[in-house]
Amino acid sequence: MKTFNYHSTKDVKEATKLASSSSAFLAGGMTTLPSMKLGLASYKDIIDIKRIKKLSGIKASGKSVTIGSTTKHAEVANSKEVKKAIPSLAALAEGIGDPQVRNRGTIGGSIANNDPSADYPSACIALNATIHTNNRKISADKFFTGMFETSLKKGELIEAIEFQIPEKSCYQKYPNPASRYAIVGVYVAKHKSDVNVAVTGAKACVYNEKSIASALSKNFSSSSLDSVKISSSGMNSDIHASADYRANMVKVFAKKAVDAC
Amino acid sequence: MASLVGSRVERKEDKKLLTGRGKYTADVTFAHQTYAYFVRSPHARAQIKNIDTSKAEKSSGVVAVLTGKDIANDKIGGLIAGWRIKSEDGSDMKVPAHPPLASESVNYVGDHVAVVIAESLDEARNAADLVKVDYKVLKAVVKTDQAMDSENIYKDIPKNLCFDWLLGDREKVKEAFDKADKIIKIDLINNRLIPNAMEPRAANADYNPSTEEITLYTTSQNPHLARIIISAFNGVAPENKLRVIAPDVGGGFGSKIYPYAEEVVCSWASKKIERPVKWVADRTESFLSDCHGRDHVTHAELAVKNDGTFLGFKNETIANIGAYASVFATVTPTYLFGPCATGVYKMPAAYSNVKAVYTNTAPVDAYRGAGRPEATYTIETLVEKAARELGMDPAEIRMKNFPTEFPFQQTLVHSVDSGDYNAGLKKAMEVGDYKGFEKRKNESASRGKLRGIGFCSYFEACGIAPSAVVMSLGCGIGLWESAEVRFNPTGNVTVFTGSHSHGQGHDTTFAQIAADRLGVPLENIEISHGDTDKGPFGYGTYGSRSLTVGGTAIVKACDKIVAKGKKVAAKMLEVNESEVEFKDGEFIVAKSNKKKTIGEVAFACYLPGTYGEVKSPLPEGEEPGLKETSFFDPGNFSFPAGSHICEVEVDPETGNTEVVKYTAVDDFGTIINPLIVEGQVHGGLAQGIGQALYENCHYDDSGQLVTASYMDYTMPRADNFPEFNLGFTCTPATSNPLGTKGCGEAGAIAAPPAVMNAVMNAVGTEVSMPATAEKVWKACQKMNKSNSKAA
Ligand SMILES: Cc1cc2nc3c(=O)[nH]c(=O)nc-3n(C[C@H](O)[C@H](O)[C@H](O)COP(=O)(O)OP(=O)(O)OC[C@H]3O[C@@H](n4cnc5c(N)ncnc54)[C@H](O)[C@@H]3O)c2cc1C
Repeated sequence: MKTFNYHSTKDVKEATKLASSSSAFLAGGMTTLPSMKLGLASYKDIIDIKRIKKLSGIKASGKSVTIGSTTKHAEVANSKEVKKAIPSLAALAEGIGDPQVRNRGTIGGSIANNDPSADYPSACIALNATIHTNNRKISADKFFTGMFETSLKKGELIEAIEFQIPEKSCYQKYPNPASRYAIVGVYVAKHKSDVNVAVTGAKACVYNEKSIASALSKNFSSSSLDSVKISSSGMNSDIHASADYRANMVKVFAKKAVDAC
Repeated sequence: MASLVGSRVERKEDKKLLTGRGKYTADVTFAHQTYAYFVRSPHARAQIKNIDTSKAEKSSGVVAVLTGKDIANDKIGGLIAGWRIKSEDGSDMKVPAHPPLASESVNYVGDHVAVVIAESLDEARNAADLVKVDYKVLKAVVKTDQAMDSENIYKDIPKNLCFDWLLGDREKVKEAFDKADKIIKIDLINNRLIPNAMEPRAANADYNPSTEEITLYTTSQNPHLARIIISAFNGVAPENKLRVIAPDVGGGFGSKIYPYAEEVVCSWASKKIERPVKWVADRTESFLSDCHGRDHVTHAELAVKNDGTFLGFKNETIANIGAYASVFATVTPTYLFGPCATGVYKMPAAYSNVKAVYTNTAPVDAYRGAGRPEATYTIETLVEKAARELGMDPAEIRMKNFPTEFPFQQTLVHSVDSGDYNAGLKKAMEVGDYKGFEKRKNESASRGKLRGIGFCSYFEACGIAPSAVVMSLGCGIGLWESAEVRFNPTGNVTVFTGSHSHGQGHDTTFAQIAADRLGVPLENIEISHGDTDKGPFGYGTYGSRSLTVGGTAIVKACDKIVAKGKKVAAKMLEVNESEVEFKDGEFIVAKSNKKKTIGEVAFACYLPGTYGEVKSPLPEGEEPGLKETSFFDPGNFSFPAGSHICEVEVDPETGNTEVVKYTAVDDFGTIINPLIVEGQVHGGLAQGIGQALYENCHYDDSGQLVTASYMDYTMPRADNFPEFNLGFTCTPATSNPLGTKGCGEAGAIAAPPAVMNAVMNAVGTEVSMPATAEKVWKACQKMNKSNSKAA
């Protein structure tokens, strides 16, 4: 690991002021630290944001659940509010990695990183989330722009993620047996006026599988997907699963999710 | 006194190991410590045109940058292959030079090219980035089954062939096959694995210029062997000037049997710079440069009669031994593999032909089971296929071919002293409720799942090994074991063993043996191992040998102690030696109440003068002290055996496969500590199931290791396993006085075929290891298609 300056601050303004083109915010460090150790990334300044109180915590209203960016996966998994309002979101958090990762990794870090096989991005898309940053609000469908890419500007800090409470929802994933990230994860959410089917792990970036979503908006049952065909074009292919397998699993896991809603 | 042998004594060493009080090589830091970082090849195959170290040498904190040229100038020898194998045509195996630091070519990603030694690890690592190696990249040879048709990696090794070995009789096999009703054929891949010991390899060498002595701390299963190799073959220091200490070692599974380049380089470099040199592998280095395991491509055939009787077996295997021939790399796919490939059966004719090939991948050597898992996987998937094709019950076909009389002369090499294979299989069927399988299958089906059942009956040859036998087969060392039992004057005991514990629980099991034999309480016995300056030479731990060979040496040394003790006690009690009996720690005069405890006798041995009332108890001519040494060379291998039954559940929609029931019934002969044995079985099963369903080492076509981290290499975890049902049968071994057979490798040997047979039973077609979701899903699709055609 290359040497770096470590800053720890209690204040959003100070954190963003410290940010530069060669800095990174440090939340759980579950992605940042391994990549620094492996020499894949190096920064001049590391800005620890875990002590900024207002970034952590969970608030629920009748319509939405808002989760502070440094809230840990384990906190989301165990939260009474989340379990009551959006049980599928608590279940998703419970299924991330392992206990060590869940006790350190944060929701803000996860979506800022936008790993193509991370779980939370699918929740953001499926639950029409709004990403609150230090200077604007971004809707989820504009936030995830590509592999490990988001619409965050350099030094922009995620403060919270606001999820719309759906009528019903369920997340199902086939975990990579080694890392337990999603090989394919499908988050189905039925809202009053629409259905979202967010797919992660399958392509370079999380996306809304419109063919399944539209079939489900007509008839919210797994049998309505029998005739849907998912093409393998643009799907990831690696030592764990081929594009063809992933394409098939998108539908299989969408069905499982609908059945479990 | 109740016997400790057979009781579930909790592991004495666990408190230290579980509370962070163990002492590992990485925990050792010397005054004036320096840190080494190795420059490794990023290419699978390349010529080294030039190495420019000038920038690195000027980098902050750097003490030295050493390359292959330096090591060659100092005439340090290369790494060795310890077992000479001859080809079928009588020619010797072909072995390339394996310098501790490469100077002309690199032959796998991770190959050691140069070492940077600095005041801190960070400085060493930063400077390593500045070592400029000019490579001419060559086309890599990667795939096992294509190695013989690829470019020669070494110019004097045609077809990349190390040897083409035959065990058995081709003619006899042909005759047997001519008589067969049916020939069952199978093509298999035994997937390559990475051992992944919890503690990465490490070395810390401290040269003392005034005594010219090197103390080397290292992660070794085998410190004495490390010493003799580093001394006699690498020529770093004479044996009397090299002390090798393997302190607590966090697992080895075979990968830490042999010294690697890093230990040699650290020892040599310490001498060169006259400061201690420490190296600790990071996890990536472990993936890249620890010896890997398995990696066979096999075609095998079984000739059978319609009633299921086996007539003959043939096995054509290509074994990938990686870029260089490591210490036990050549015996693992030959004598540890071939003889066991006929399985636990009467087999009138058989041969095993193995072609060992070099590729541009990390060296492959012994890994838990070493050769026997590959053998067992071959025969047991073949037997299960025979049962399917003949429409027989998998248990019935096995029982039909089990030998029932012992000693049993196995087809290719071994004379198996004891066993009862029918009893084992019957017990497994009982413990695993074979009868209830159909019911469980229907229940699974009601949840949309396919349930399959698979058997494996195995035997293996371990307790390695009778020296005369192995040396006649090409082994460069004897494989006996030593023990020294030392009574301290105050009556407690230190036992030195030449074997080494790195998770096996010797501190407890060996103490139980000595406690029983000497009648001394367990807490008064300490087991010492892992230091060449303490206790006699020994051969370390692997091949399920420690208890059977090393434990026996302890028994023999204890018996010598008792024999001397009798003489001394007789003198003390003023009777004839023949009147003294030894029982539960006491020397007793028959039919009297006269006795001396072994502690009193020990004390007397150390204080042989006259002291008040006490007169010298030593018989004339007897030396003072109470310490005995024994070297035990077994007369035969030992032959654990057993039957395992696995049930899996497959989700046909995703291909996800789960082991839902696993029954293992093993015959390890006498069991000293059931708690430890069960732990060994559990660990072996985890690795065996891991091989079947999860683990796979993958190199891409250019020779880059794709599975170089836990993000891609699937280590099984606790939640991948059901509760294991264990059972035991016991036919004591006759080749050692304890009657033990060895339990460390059984799980890893038996589990892969049991699991894979269950998968194939569930999905109806052959699936290769590891049975990943996608492979199983494809098999399910195929089954659906053929079912819908049939309907
Ligand atoms: C072994 C392992 C298994 C895992 N398994 C899974 C899994 O199954 N599913 C899954 O989804 N994930 C998985 N993860 C990832 C984990 O969930 C973490 O959430 C993720 O690594 C990032 O979160 P973090 O808090 O650790 O972020 P960090 O590592 O601290 O930061 C990651 C990136 O986000 C930036 N960042 C952090 N917080 C903010 C913020 N508030 N505003 C702007 N930028 C920010 C950082 O600067 C950095 O670039 C796994 C990780 C590991 C190590």
